[in-house]
Amino acid sequence: MIRARGLEKRYGRRRVLAGVDIAVPSGGFAVVTGPNGSGKTTLLRVIVGLAAPSRGSLEVDADRAQVGYLAHEPLVYRELTALENLDLFGRLYRVTQRRERAGMLLERFGLWDARNERVSTYSRGMTQRLALCRTLLHDPELVLLDEPHSALDAEGAELLDRELEALAGSRTVVVATHDPQRLGSLASVGIALA
Amino acid sequence: MTYLADVAALTRKDLRVELRARDTLPAMLLFVVSVLVVFHFALPEGTGDDAAYGLLWVAIVFTALLGLARAWVPEQEHGVLDGLVLAPSDRSAIWLGKTLATLAFLLTAQAVALPAFVLFFAPLDATALAGVLLADIGICAVGSLMAAMAAASRSREVLLPLLVLPLAIPLVVGGVGAAISPDGQRYLLLLALYDGVFAVLSWASFEYVVTE
Repeated sequence: MIRARGLEKRYGRRRVLAGVDIAVPSGGFAVVTGPNGSGKTTLLRVIVGLAAPSRGSLEVDADRAQVGYLAHEPLVYRELTALENLDLFGRLYRVTQRRERAGMLLERFGLWDARNERVSTYSRGMTQRLALCRTLLHDPELVLLDEPHSALDAEGAELLDRELEALAGSRTVVVATHDPQRLGSLASVGIALA
Repeated sequence: MTYLADVAALTRKDLRVELRARDTLPAMLLFVVSVLVVFHFALPEGTGDDAAYGLLWVAIVFTALLGLARAWVPEQEHGVLDGLVLAPSDRSAIWLGKTLATLAFLLTAQAVALPAFVLFFAPLDATALAGVLLADIGICAVGSLMAAMAAASRSREVLLPLLVLPLAIPLVVGGVGAAISPDGQRYLLLLALYDGVFAVLSWASFEYVVTE
Protein backbone atom coordinates (compact mmCIF):
# COMPACT_ATOMS: atom_id res chain seq x y z
CA MET A 1 0.00 0.00 0.00
CA ILE A 2 1.20 3.49 -0.86
CA ARG A 3 -0.44 6.60 0.49
CA ALA A 4 0.82 10.12 -0.12
CA ARG A 5 -0.74 13.48 0.71
CA GLY A 6 0.45 16.81 -0.60
CA LEU A 7 3.75 15.31 -1.71
CA GLU A 8 6.18 17.97 -2.80
CA LYS A 9 9.77 17.73 -3.98
CA ARG A 10 12.05 20.67 -4.62
CA TYR A 11 15.60 20.73 -5.95
CA GLY A 12 16.81 24.13 -4.83
CA ARG A 13 14.17 26.60 -5.99
CA ARG A 14 12.82 24.28 -8.65
CA ARG A 15 9.65 22.46 -7.68
CA VAL A 16 9.54 19.05 -9.38
CA LEU A 17 6.52 17.59 -7.59
CA ALA A 18 3.72 19.82 -6.41
CA GLY A 19 1.05 18.58 -4.01
CA VAL A 20 0.71 15.02 -5.29
CA ASP A 21 -1.90 12.80 -3.63
CA ILE A 22 -1.70 9.04 -4.15
CA ALA A 23 -3.55 6.05 -2.81
CA VAL A 24 -2.48 2.68 -4.20
CA PRO A 25 -3.92 -0.28 -2.29
CA SER A 26 -1.99 -3.53 -1.74
CA GLY A 27 -2.19 -5.51 -4.96
CA GLY A 28 -3.09 -2.35 -6.89
CA PHE A 29 -1.63 -1.51 -10.28
CA ALA A 30 -0.94 2.19 -10.67
CA VAL A 31 0.03 3.89 -13.89
CA VAL A 32 1.82 7.22 -13.61
CA THR A 33 1.53 9.44 -16.66
CA GLY A 34 2.58 12.95 -17.53
CA PRO A 35 4.69 14.92 -19.99
CA ASN A 36 8.49 15.07 -19.83
CA GLY A 37 9.63 16.88 -16.70
CA SER A 38 6.35 16.38 -14.88
CA GLY A 39 8.09 14.47 -12.06
CA LYS A 40 7.31 10.81 -12.85
CA THR A 41 10.85 9.65 -12.13
CA THR A 42 11.10 11.87 -9.06
CA LEU A 43 7.83 10.46 -7.72
CA LEU A 44 9.16 6.92 -8.05
CA ARG A 45 12.48 7.88 -6.43
CA VAL A 46 10.60 9.44 -3.51
CA ILE A 47 8.40 6.36 -3.07
CA VAL A 48 11.38 4.01 -3.21
CA GLY A 49 13.33 6.13 -0.71
CA LEU A 50 16.12 7.41 -2.94
CA ALA A 51 14.86 10.98 -2.58
CA ALA A 52 13.30 12.60 0.46
CA PRO A 53 10.09 14.58 0.02
CA SER A 54 10.40 18.30 0.70
CA ARG A 55 6.86 18.49 2.05
CA GLY A 56 3.82 16.28 2.53
CA SER A 57 3.37 12.81 3.97
CA LEU A 58 4.24 9.46 2.46
CA GLU A 59 3.41 6.03 3.75
CA VAL A 60 4.80 2.95 2.00
CA ASP A 61 3.82 -0.40 3.41
CA ALA A 62 7.01 -2.24 2.38
CA ASP A 63 10.58 -2.26 3.60
CA ARG A 64 13.68 -2.16 1.40
CA ALA A 65 13.82 -5.93 1.04
CA GLN A 66 10.33 -5.98 -0.45
CA VAL A 67 10.82 -3.26 -3.05
CA GLY A 68 11.94 -3.82 -6.63
CA TYR A 69 12.85 -0.68 -8.57
CA LEU A 70 13.55 -0.40 -12.27
CA ALA A 71 15.14 2.99 -12.85
CA HIS A 72 15.98 4.91 -16.01
CA GLU A 73 19.47 3.52 -15.62
CA PRO A 74 19.88 -0.26 -15.33
CA LEU A 75 21.70 -0.25 -11.94
CA VAL A 76 24.05 -3.06 -12.98
CA TYR A 77 27.84 -3.17 -13.29
CA ARG A 78 29.09 -2.83 -16.86
CA GLU A 79 32.22 -4.90 -16.27
CA LEU A 80 30.42 -7.84 -14.66
CA THR A 81 28.47 -10.50 -16.51
CA ALA A 82 24.71 -10.85 -16.15
CA LEU A 83 25.16 -13.82 -13.83
CA GLU A 84 27.74 -12.04 -11.69
CA ASN A 85 25.48 -8.99 -11.36
CA LEU A 86 22.49 -11.07 -10.33
CA ASP A 87 24.61 -13.14 -7.96
CA LEU A 88 25.86 -9.99 -6.22
CA PHE A 89 22.42 -8.43 -5.91
CA GLY A 90 20.91 -11.77 -4.92
CA ARG A 91 23.36 -11.95 -2.04
CA LEU A 92 22.64 -8.37 -0.94
CA TYR A 93 18.88 -9.04 -1.14
CA ARG A 94 19.23 -12.33 0.80
CA VAL A 95 17.66 -14.34 -2.01
CA THR A 96 17.63 -18.02 -1.14
CA GLN A 97 18.76 -20.20 -4.03
CA ARG A 98 19.85 -17.03 -5.84
CA ARG A 99 21.65 -18.84 -8.64
CA GLU A 100 18.56 -20.86 -9.54
CA ARG A 101 16.39 -17.75 -9.34
CA ALA A 102 18.86 -15.78 -11.48
CA GLY A 103 19.00 -18.57 -14.03
CA MET A 104 15.22 -18.77 -14.19
CA LEU A 105 14.86 -15.02 -14.77
CA LEU A 106 17.64 -14.92 -17.37
CA GLU A 107 15.92 -17.75 -19.20
CA ARG A 108 12.55 -16.02 -18.97
CA PHE A 109 13.91 -12.74 -20.37
CA GLY A 110 15.91 -14.41 -23.13
CA LEU A 111 19.38 -13.70 -21.73
CA TRP A 112 20.46 -17.21 -20.79
CA ASP A 113 22.81 -17.58 -23.76
CA ALA A 114 24.46 -14.24 -22.92
CA ARG A 115 24.65 -14.90 -19.18
CA ASN A 116 28.46 -15.06 -19.10
CA GLU A 117 29.04 -12.00 -21.26
CA ARG A 118 29.91 -8.65 -19.75
CA VAL A 119 27.12 -6.09 -19.64
CA SER A 120 29.38 -3.63 -21.49
CA THR A 121 28.93 -5.84 -24.57
CA TYR A 122 25.13 -5.85 -24.29
CA SER A 123 22.81 -3.79 -26.46
CA ARG A 124 20.56 -1.24 -24.71
CA GLY A 125 17.62 -3.63 -25.00
CA MET A 126 19.55 -6.54 -23.47
CA THR A 127 20.70 -4.29 -20.63
CA GLN A 128 17.07 -3.29 -20.00
CA ARG A 129 16.10 -6.98 -19.86
CA LEU A 130 18.85 -7.59 -17.33
CA ALA A 131 17.66 -4.60 -15.33
CA LEU A 132 14.21 -6.20 -15.22
CA CYS A 133 15.78 -9.45 -13.98
CA ARG A 134 17.55 -7.50 -11.23
CA THR A 135 14.33 -5.74 -10.29
CA LEU A 136 12.39 -8.99 -9.94
CA LEU A 137 15.24 -11.10 -8.52
CA HIS A 138 14.04 -11.01 -4.91
CA ASP A 139 10.37 -11.46 -5.83
CA PRO A 140 9.43 -8.03 -4.42
CA GLU A 141 6.00 -7.18 -2.95
CA LEU A 142 6.16 -3.65 -4.32
CA VAL A 143 7.39 -3.19 -7.89
CA LEU A 144 8.16 0.27 -9.27
CA LEU A 145 9.02 0.52 -12.94
CA ASP A 146 10.19 3.68 -14.66
CA GLU A 147 9.51 3.51 -18.40
CA PRO A 148 10.00 -0.26 -18.46
CA HIS A 149 9.29 -0.64 -22.17
CA SER A 150 12.01 1.79 -23.22
CA ALA A 151 14.74 0.25 -25.39
CA LEU A 152 12.95 -3.11 -25.59
CA ASP A 153 12.26 -4.63 -28.98
CA ALA A 154 8.84 -6.10 -29.80
CA GLU A 155 9.73 -9.49 -28.34
CA GLY A 156 11.14 -7.93 -25.16
CA ALA A 157 8.11 -5.70 -24.77
CA GLU A 158 5.81 -8.71 -25.08
CA LEU A 159 7.84 -10.59 -22.46
CA LEU A 160 7.47 -7.61 -20.16
CA ASP A 161 3.73 -7.35 -20.80
CA ARG A 162 3.35 -11.02 -19.82
CA GLU A 163 5.40 -10.39 -16.67
CA LEU A 164 3.24 -7.39 -15.77
CA GLU A 165 0.08 -9.45 -16.27
CA ALA A 166 1.49 -12.07 -13.89
CA LEU A 167 2.36 -9.39 -11.32
CA ALA A 168 -1.00 -7.61 -11.52
CA GLY A 169 -3.18 -8.50 -8.56
CA SER A 170 -0.52 -10.44 -6.67
CA ARG A 171 1.91 -7.53 -6.21
CA THR A 172 1.59 -3.79 -5.80
CA VAL A 173 2.87 -2.30 -9.03
CA VAL A 174 3.57 1.31 -10.00
CA VAL A 175 4.57 1.98 -13.61
CA ALA A 176 5.63 5.36 -14.98
CA THR A 177 5.01 5.42 -18.71
CA HIS A 178 4.41 7.53 -21.76
CA ASP A 179 2.28 4.75 -23.22
CA PRO A 180 -0.60 4.14 -20.79
CA GLN A 181 -2.70 2.42 -23.50
CA ARG A 182 -0.28 -0.48 -23.40
CA LEU A 183 -1.17 -1.11 -19.74
CA GLY A 184 -4.80 -0.03 -20.00
CA SER A 185 -6.40 -3.33 -19.02
CA LEU A 186 -4.08 -3.84 -16.02
CA ALA A 187 -4.28 -0.41 -14.44
CA SER A 188 -6.46 -0.02 -11.36
CA VAL A 189 -5.16 3.41 -10.32
CA GLY A 190 -4.23 6.31 -12.56
CA ILE A 191 -1.84 9.03 -11.41
CA ALA A 192 -1.61 11.93 -13.83
CA LEU A 193 1.13 14.45 -13.22
CA ALA A 194 0.96 17.86 -14.86
CA MET B 1 28.74 -13.20 9.42
CA THR B 2 26.24 -11.98 6.83
CA TYR B 3 27.76 -8.51 7.11
CA LEU B 4 31.27 -9.81 6.49
CA ALA B 5 30.03 -11.95 3.60
CA ASP B 6 28.49 -8.80 2.05
CA VAL B 7 31.76 -6.90 2.51
CA ALA B 8 33.71 -9.77 0.97
CA ALA B 9 31.32 -9.95 -2.00
CA LEU B 10 31.53 -6.19 -2.58
CA THR B 11 35.34 -6.18 -2.31
CA ARG B 12 35.61 -9.15 -4.68
CA LYS B 13 33.35 -7.34 -7.10
CA ASP B 14 35.61 -4.25 -7.07
CA LEU B 15 38.72 -6.35 -7.65
CA ARG B 16 37.02 -8.21 -10.48
CA VAL B 17 35.83 -4.99 -12.12
CA GLU B 18 39.35 -3.55 -11.91
CA LEU B 19 40.91 -6.73 -13.23
CA ARG B 20 38.71 -6.41 -16.32
CA ALA B 21 38.57 -2.64 -16.83
CA ARG B 22 42.17 -1.91 -15.71
CA ASP B 23 41.22 1.72 -15.14
CA THR B 24 42.74 2.42 -11.75
CA LEU B 25 45.75 0.27 -10.85
CA PRO B 26 47.86 0.86 -14.00
CA ALA B 27 47.33 4.62 -13.60
CA MET B 28 48.36 4.47 -9.93
CA LEU B 29 51.46 2.40 -10.73
CA LEU B 30 52.52 4.62 -13.59
CA PHE B 31 51.96 7.74 -11.53
CA VAL B 32 53.87 6.67 -8.43
CA VAL B 33 56.85 5.38 -10.39
CA SER B 34 56.94 8.53 -12.56
CA VAL B 35 56.80 10.76 -9.50
CA LEU B 36 59.67 8.90 -7.86
CA VAL B 37 61.75 9.17 -11.03
CA VAL B 38 61.07 12.93 -11.24
CA PHE B 39 61.93 13.36 -7.55
CA HIS B 40 65.14 11.40 -8.09
CA PHE B 41 66.32 13.97 -10.61
CA ALA B 42 64.77 16.96 -8.83
CA LEU B 43 66.47 16.43 -5.47
CA PRO B 44 69.83 18.19 -5.38
CA GLU B 45 72.93 16.11 -4.74
CA GLY B 46 73.67 15.70 -1.05
CA THR B 47 70.11 16.28 0.14
CA GLY B 48 69.49 14.34 3.32
CA ASP B 49 67.23 11.31 3.65
CA ASP B 50 64.65 13.33 5.59
CA ALA B 51 63.70 15.30 2.48
CA ALA B 52 63.36 12.04 0.55
CA TYR B 53 60.94 10.65 3.17
CA GLY B 54 58.86 13.78 2.80
CA LEU B 55 58.73 13.32 -0.96
CA LEU B 56 57.73 9.67 -0.51
CA TRP B 57 54.66 10.87 1.35
CA VAL B 58 53.80 13.34 -1.39
CA ALA B 59 53.90 10.42 -3.83
CA ILE B 60 51.81 8.16 -1.54
CA VAL B 61 49.10 10.76 -0.87
CA PHE B 62 48.66 11.72 -4.51
CA THR B 63 48.72 8.10 -5.68
CA ALA B 64 45.97 7.36 -3.17
CA LEU B 65 44.03 10.37 -4.46
CA LEU B 66 44.30 9.00 -7.98
CA GLY B 67 42.82 5.69 -6.85
CA LEU B 68 40.12 7.38 -4.81
CA ALA B 69 39.11 9.61 -7.71
CA ARG B 70 38.21 6.48 -9.68
CA ALA B 71 36.89 4.47 -6.76
CA TRP B 72 33.19 5.13 -7.33
CA VAL B 73 33.27 5.33 -11.13
CA PRO B 74 31.87 1.78 -11.60
CA GLU B 75 28.99 2.71 -9.30
CA GLN B 76 28.33 5.96 -11.17
CA GLU B 77 28.07 4.14 -14.49
CA HIS B 78 24.55 2.80 -14.90
CA GLY B 79 23.56 4.31 -11.53
CA VAL B 80 24.63 1.19 -9.63
CA LEU B 81 25.04 3.03 -6.34
CA ASP B 82 21.26 3.48 -6.20
CA GLY B 83 20.88 -0.27 -6.61
CA LEU B 84 23.33 -0.96 -3.77
CA VAL B 85 21.70 1.63 -1.51
CA LEU B 86 18.26 0.12 -2.08
CA ALA B 87 19.39 -3.38 -1.09
CA PRO B 88 18.40 -4.38 2.45
CA SER B 89 21.98 -5.12 3.48
CA ASP B 90 23.80 -2.74 5.84
CA ARG B 91 24.89 0.27 3.77
CA SER B 92 28.16 0.61 5.63
CA ALA B 93 29.20 -2.68 3.98
CA ILE B 94 29.36 -0.74 0.68
CA TRP B 95 31.86 1.69 2.23
CA LEU B 96 33.91 -1.05 3.86
CA GLY B 97 34.06 -3.07 0.63
CA LYS B 98 35.20 0.01 -1.29
CA THR B 99 37.78 0.88 1.39
CA LEU B 100 39.28 -2.62 1.29
CA ALA B 101 39.42 -2.65 -2.51
CA THR B 102 41.06 0.79 -2.63
CA LEU B 103 43.52 -0.34 0.04
CA ALA B 104 44.37 -3.40 -2.07
CA PHE B 105 45.10 -1.16 -5.08
CA LEU B 106 47.23 1.21 -2.99
CA LEU B 107 49.21 -1.64 -1.43
CA THR B 108 49.81 -3.11 -4.88
CA ALA B 109 51.11 0.25 -6.14
CA GLN B 110 53.35 0.48 -3.09
CA ALA B 111 54.68 -3.03 -3.64
CA VAL B 112 56.40 -1.47 -6.65
CA ALA B 113 56.93 2.06 -5.31
CA LEU B 114 58.58 1.26 -1.98
CA PRO B 115 61.38 -0.93 -3.43
CA ALA B 116 61.91 1.78 -6.04
CA PHE B 117 62.15 4.36 -3.23
CA VAL B 118 64.73 2.25 -1.40
CA LEU B 119 66.66 1.86 -4.64
CA PHE B 120 66.66 5.56 -5.55
CA PHE B 121 66.57 7.37 -2.21
CA ALA B 122 66.85 5.87 1.28
CA PRO B 123 66.22 2.73 3.32
CA LEU B 124 62.87 2.04 5.02
CA ASP B 125 62.91 0.31 8.40
CA ALA B 126 60.08 -1.68 9.97
CA THR B 127 58.67 1.38 11.77
CA ALA B 128 58.54 3.36 8.54
CA LEU B 129 56.78 0.45 6.77
CA ALA B 130 54.29 0.13 9.64
CA GLY B 131 53.68 3.86 9.29
CA VAL B 132 52.97 3.44 5.59
CA LEU B 133 50.51 0.61 6.26
CA LEU B 134 48.65 2.49 8.99
CA ALA B 135 48.48 5.66 6.90
CA ASP B 136 47.20 3.63 3.94
CA ILE B 137 44.34 2.32 6.07
CA GLY B 138 43.49 5.83 7.25
CA ILE B 139 43.58 7.48 3.86
CA CYS B 140 41.50 4.72 2.25
CA ALA B 141 38.93 4.78 5.06
CA VAL B 142 38.44 8.54 5.02
CA GLY B 143 39.06 8.85 1.31
CA SER B 144 36.38 6.32 0.34
CA LEU B 145 33.80 8.32 2.26
CA MET B 146 34.98 11.64 0.82
CA ALA B 147 35.12 10.15 -2.69
CA ALA B 148 31.50 9.01 -2.31
CA MET B 149 30.56 12.57 -1.31
CA ALA B 150 32.54 14.06 -4.19
CA ALA B 151 31.08 11.54 -6.66
CA ALA B 152 27.65 13.11 -6.18
CA SER B 153 29.02 16.47 -7.30
CA ARG B 154 29.67 17.66 -10.84
CA SER B 155 33.04 19.13 -9.82
CA ARG B 156 34.23 15.92 -8.16
CA GLU B 157 37.80 16.15 -9.55
CA VAL B 158 38.27 19.47 -7.75
CA LEU B 159 36.23 18.59 -4.70
CA LEU B 160 37.97 15.33 -3.81
CA PRO B 161 41.46 16.79 -3.12
CA LEU B 162 39.85 19.67 -1.25
CA LEU B 163 38.06 17.20 1.01
CA VAL B 164 40.82 14.61 1.41
CA LEU B 165 44.06 16.63 1.64
CA PRO B 166 43.24 18.51 4.88
CA LEU B 167 42.19 15.22 6.48
CA ALA B 168 45.38 13.54 5.25
CA ILE B 169 47.69 16.01 7.02
CA PRO B 170 47.81 14.03 10.30
CA LEU B 171 48.62 10.92 8.24
CA VAL B 172 51.52 12.66 6.52
CA VAL B 173 52.79 13.97 9.86
CA GLY B 174 52.51 10.47 11.36
CA GLY B 175 54.02 8.73 8.36
CA VAL B 176 57.03 11.07 8.07
CA GLY B 177 57.46 11.03 11.85
CA ALA B 178 57.49 7.22 11.91
CA ALA B 179 60.21 7.22 9.24
CA ILE B 180 62.55 9.90 10.63
CA SER B 181 61.91 10.23 14.35
CA PRO B 182 63.97 8.21 16.85
CA ASP B 183 60.66 7.87 18.73
CA GLY B 184 58.78 6.43 15.74
CA GLN B 185 56.47 4.30 17.90
CA ARG B 186 54.74 7.46 19.15
CA TYR B 187 53.84 8.34 15.58
CA LEU B 188 52.56 4.84 14.92
CA LEU B 189 50.26 5.29 17.90
CA LEU B 190 49.03 8.57 16.43
CA LEU B 191 48.33 6.82 13.11
CA ALA B 192 46.53 3.91 14.79
CA LEU B 193 44.40 6.35 16.78
CA TYR B 194 43.59 8.30 13.63
CA ASP B 195 42.62 5.09 11.82
CA GLY B 196 40.37 3.96 14.66
CA VAL B 197 38.57 7.28 15.07
CA PHE B 198 38.13 8.09 11.40
CA ALA B 199 37.24 4.54 10.37
CA VAL B 200 34.41 4.49 12.92
CA LEU B 201 33.24 7.97 11.87
CA SER B 202 33.30 7.03 8.18
CA TRP B 203 31.58 3.71 8.82
CA ALA B 204 28.82 5.38 10.82
CA SER B 205 28.27 8.33 8.49
CA PHE B 206 28.37 6.57 5.11
CA GLU B 207 24.62 5.90 5.13
CA TYR B 208 23.91 9.64 5.43
CA VAL B 209 26.28 10.45 2.58
CA VAL B 210 24.58 8.15 0.08
CA THR B 211 20.99 8.86 1.02
CA GLU B 212 19.12 12.13 0.80
